[in-house]
Amino acid sequence: MSLIALLGAVETGLLFGLVALGIFLSFRVLQFPDLTVDGSFPLGAAVAATLIVSGWNPWLATLAALLAGAAAGLVTAWLNVRLGILHLLASILTMIALYSVNLRIMGRPNISLLMEPTVFTPLEALPLPGYVRLPLVLLGVVLLVKWLLDRFLASERGLAMRATGMNPRMARAQGIGTGAAVLAGMALSNALVGLAGALFAQSQGSADVTMGVGVIVVGLAAVIGGEALLPPRTLFWATLGCLVGSVVYRLAVALALNADFIGLKAQDLNLITAVLVVAALLLPGMRRSTRALFSRGGEG
Amino acid sequence: MIRLEGLQVTFARGTPLETPALRGLDLTIGAGEFVTVIGSNGAGKSTLLNAVSGEVIPDAGRVLVDETDVTRWPAARRAGRVARVFQDPVAGSCAELTLEENLALAHARGRRRGLRRALGGARRDLFRERLAELGLGLEARLSERMDRLSGGQRQAVSLLMATLQPSRVLLLDEHTAALDPRTAEMVLDLTRRVVEEHRLTTLMVTHSMRQALAAGSRTLMLHEGRIALDVSGGERAGLAVPDLVALFAQARHQALDDDSLLLG
Repeated sequence: MSLIALLGAVETGLLFGLVALGIFLSFRVLQFPDLTVDGSFPLGAAVAATLIVSGWNPWLATLAALLAGAAAGLVTAWLNVRLGILHLLASILTMIALYSVNLRIMGRPNISLLMEPTVFTPLEALPLPGYVRLPLVLLGVVLLVKWLLDRFLASERGLAMRATGMNPRMARAQGIGTGAAVLAGMALSNALVGLAGALFAQSQGSADVTMGVGVIVVGLAAVIGGEALLPPRTLFWATLGCLVGSVVYRLAVALALNADFIGLKAQDLNLITAVLVVAALLLPGMRRSTRALFSRGGEG
Repeated sequence: MIRLEGLQVTFARGTPLETPALRGLDLTIGAGEFVTVIGSNGAGKSTLLNAVSGEVIPDAGRVLVDETDVTRWPAARRAGRVARVFQDPVAGSCAELTLEENLALAHARGRRRGLRRALGGARRDLFRERLAELGLGLEARLSERMDRLSGGQRQAVSLLMATLQPSRVLLLDEHTAALDPRTAEMVLDLTRRVVEEHRLTTLMVTHSMRQALAAGSRTLMLHEGRIALDVSGGERAGLAVPDLVALFAQARHQALDDDSLLLG
């Protein structure tokens, strides 16, 4: 694999690291299985791309995309908390609705950003080739977001959110409004995903209404893979695991597609993803049995 | 103080499984009074506590805490006045969080939660100090996960969590039932100390008649969603467990008679 392909995989991995952090927040912290992501990722891309081509400052457009993602998360949480619709179903309803919303926002199935200024345009002044510059800057962005998320989850409000996911009855007895905590957490989760969509569109040079398909599975693969690679002993390791899992996932996919002797093609991506998720789910158990095997050998 | 007026709670209303849990219950508990509650399964003991804590909103009647009508307040809003310890040691805390994180959650009870670090400032020192008062050596285990603690230790911590913020009412839901006899005794002693120290209006549900007489200053017996017996003072001081059992049986029969009268 070439250096450019490798760094391209790292770049995509870092961008999807933001998605993984969002999914960590919904699936792990709030224990809310949320599929809104498949809609809020292209929503972020659609909002940012549409605003940029209509002449908005790319930073403001990205901020708007983040807020749009938060709104999508709020809709899902509201359907669940206030209307009592099952969380999984609530998120599927929002996801489906967003497909139409995204087409309405863009007015067409895709928007090209190749000739437009993006948040990455000022970086062209840096004396580095493009394929190094972008991953490097994204690494900084993603680590900053991780730090902010860690800091938030260690705050009084963040701790209340974690308690809401773990033991809602106890949380209420401690005066925590669990409904409000779910609303806020889901908004934050999908805001991160919307931001990732906006940055992805700008780094790829286009927004497409179908770019959300499978984002949830890829993000989940990153979260679960990260937990297998880095056991989440503390919050710091859990969020770091999301980022590492996401980058490793992209590298594994790139390797699989680049190894000609395996004979895999781009259209096999979803199959590879499913296999990788299964592997990541099995890995912790396998490690235990390998250890058991070794310890038995040692004592015997 | 707690005042309950004509409290009615019915589960699965309007279905064939309709079950009345409380049938017009009236009760006044003075400030600082420690009341124990006994009754058979389905008598309405847990529903009574749930109605005071806000987990259950009554169909009719009023709930007053310190003369404030809290009948329509959700549980989270009442938490500033009402603290609670559950029967299941696992239910009262977050197993996956550390001891200090659980205490931090309780420390913010009834206050606005902000973006300050939950474990910032002098909080750890405060937690260490308060844990040391329990005399269980837990002050050295602040950063251990809650599920590493034994059931008795967790109930002791739950009691501490209930008193980290000043509250008016303490609800204890068979909080020693899941413990072995020695640990149960330890937790009960701790309960007496805490209630006295903080002058809490306390409602303790228990399955043990002995415990019902040994703790507190007044004992209620619930039967079919009503108060069947209410003893305190000299009358209660003269009671032994067999007397209580006899009164219990008598109250039950009386209730049965009342019902048959109504039906007749």
